[in-house]
Amino acid sequence: MKTKKARILEIEPLTRVEGHGKVTVHLDENNKVTEARLHIVEFRGFERFIQGRLLWEVPVIVQRLCGICPVSHHLAAAKAMDMIVGVDQLTPTAEKMRRLMHYGQVMQSNVLHFFHLCSPDLLFGFSAPAKKRNIFSIIKEFPDLAKKGVLMRKFGQEVILHTAGKKIHGNSAIPGGINKNLSIAERDSLLKDIDQMLEWSQEAVDISKNYTLEHLGLVEAFGNFKSNHMSLVREDGALDLYDGGLRAIDASGNLIFDHMDYRNFDQFIMEEVKPWSYMKFPFIKSRGNLDGWYRVGPLARMNTISFIDTPLANARHAEFREFSKHKPANMTLAYHWARMIEVLHCVEKIKELLLDPDLQGSDLKLTGERREEGIAVIEAPRGSLFHHYKVNENDQVTYCNLIVSTTHNNTAMNLAVTDVAKKYISGQSRITEAMLNHIEVAVRAYDPCLSCATHALGQMPLVVELFDADNNLIDTGSQFVNKSPIQTT
Amino acid sequence: MPKQAPRILMIGYGNPGRQDDGLGPAFIAQFEAHASDQLHLQTNYQLTVEDAYDAQAYDQVIFVDASIDARLNTETPFSFEAIEATNDSGLGSHSLSPNGVIRLCETLYDKSPKAFVLGILGYEFDQFEERLSGQASQNLQKASIFLQNWLQSQAHA
Repeated sequence: MKTKKARILEIEPLTRVEGHGKVTVHLDENNKVTEARLHIVEFRGFERFIQGRLLWEVPVIVQRLCGICPVSHHLAAAKAMDMIVGVDQLTPTAEKMRRLMHYGQVMQSNVLHFFHLCSPDLLFGFSAPAKKRNIFSIIKEFPDLAKKGVLMRKFGQEVILHTAGKKIHGNSAIPGGINKNLSIAERDSLLKDIDQMLEWSQEAVDISKNYTLEHLGLVEAFGNFKSNHMSLVREDGALDLYDGGLRAIDASGNLIFDHMDYRNFDQFIMEEVKPWSYMKFPFIKSRGNLDGWYRVGPLARMNTISFIDTPLANARHAEFREFSKHKPANMTLAYHWARMIEVLHCVEKIKELLLDPDLQGSDLKLTGERREEGIAVIEAPRGSLFHHYKVNENDQVTYCNLIVSTTHNNTAMNLAVTDVAKKYISGQSRITEAMLNHIEVAVRAYDPCLSCATHALGQMPLVVELFDADNNLIDTGSQFVNKSPIQTT
Repeated sequence: MPKQAPRILMIGYGNPGRQDDGLGPAFIAQFEAHASDQLHLQTNYQLTVEDAYDAQAYDQVIFVDASIDARLNTETPFSFEAIEATNDSGLGSHSLSPNGVIRLCETLYDKSPKAFVLGILGYEFDQFEERLSGQASQNLQKASIFLQNWLQSQAHA
């Protein structure tokens, strides 16, 4: 029997996902889900916005691109501009300051995600009522956990403040180097809390690991699909969030490429356009668009790297690899465990750097032979971030192309959403909030940055789209919930 | 003994690279001359959990943001109202509301600063452009005059 009856799919915005997104669910004649698609309203026009700007401005301007991970864009742009000003190796002080900033950024971003965005799902269960599944319930029932999350996040922000010059819109990373070092006072203000951060980071790894082991059935069934994985790795195969060569492996762990020079990324990565999405779908050229898509981010990094160069995180990585039987972990929910191992690594690296006297050095900037093109990749909290620029003889940007982490994960997120929708929505007579939350949990695991939507008061998009077997839009809902009280003078 | 003026934290938030979304930070930049021991100014792209940690140290918190509230217009270009702490179930670093920040203050730190939201009407949000629209700039000026008067009245209250 063909179902033509219009149904209202009461899907809320993707809460606790950075920014806003929309999911459309496609049904067959028997109300079974055939496909679910994640739509991200990508903010276009940045390339035009940045054209004509001077290369010196770019590391600052790119932070306007995203209110969620401005530091990642700041560092990626600065690295690309290093190449343009002919600097292939920074001074020790400059590189270590940038790394310190980066570890602070990855730490605070991953902490926010785990402690405050996904912990309600993990601690209360995906089917818990919405009123319970939020940070306020976490505070009520797990107050210490919530407070630790806030203070860890604050610590990461302080690292950014002292290295970037400002908590937001920092300007310290400049083409060819850095414009400040770390004062003794700044160093000591961070060192006083570092051991506490180390302790709490280890607790966070325990929570995420134990969740995975105690809910193995769910973890193995939820958004678990084979994929390729890609990240930067250091020359010796170690985790390196700031620099290195690109390594990609397939779902069995076989190398697709290794130590690829990211300056040639367009020779092995392509982007596919699909008519229903603003966001492109990158894939590994040698594998083709059907088999060449890949995942990036914490899970991918734990799968691609050979080891971690900090002892505590390395031991936790070994546990993770033991769990996955030394094969790539393909479970979407394993992102959380991987993310916390990275937090521990970042805190260890922060401590290591704070104790390094190079941070008080005064040799901050270099220059070299001018080039016209700059390409950089860093491992941002959500995964590999590509920045590519061309600059003319007047130092003005003439070309800009960015591939952000969420774009790399585009196919994987769509597959995760489809997998979960098939399991939890297919054939059901009505859509429950718990079913919809399962979809959100699948997306949220990738910690996508959908921050393109502006957030002006009163604007809160609710978007619903349901398609029948003939691909007819049988119902849609969109509204703005007015939240701002009014009292003017 | 004279009454101590309240310590106020003013947070302007939004993305200055997205046209009128930058009204909050632009407002704070304009207010810098008024910063003092009693009035601390802060900007951010969006409200985040650690804002609760900062807010709990103040008597009052004023959140300044762009608004597209349908009830605002050129005659009534901004809103200003006290807000209550509410559970913000949609917590994300991009979507934490002022009410949610105050709720976090209460629940995490047992502090309840008085809180207000100043919403300034904006019009253009859809392009990458580091510039306020002309009308939004005018709205900002009106809101600024209002808040200066309001702060003075608070100091003398």
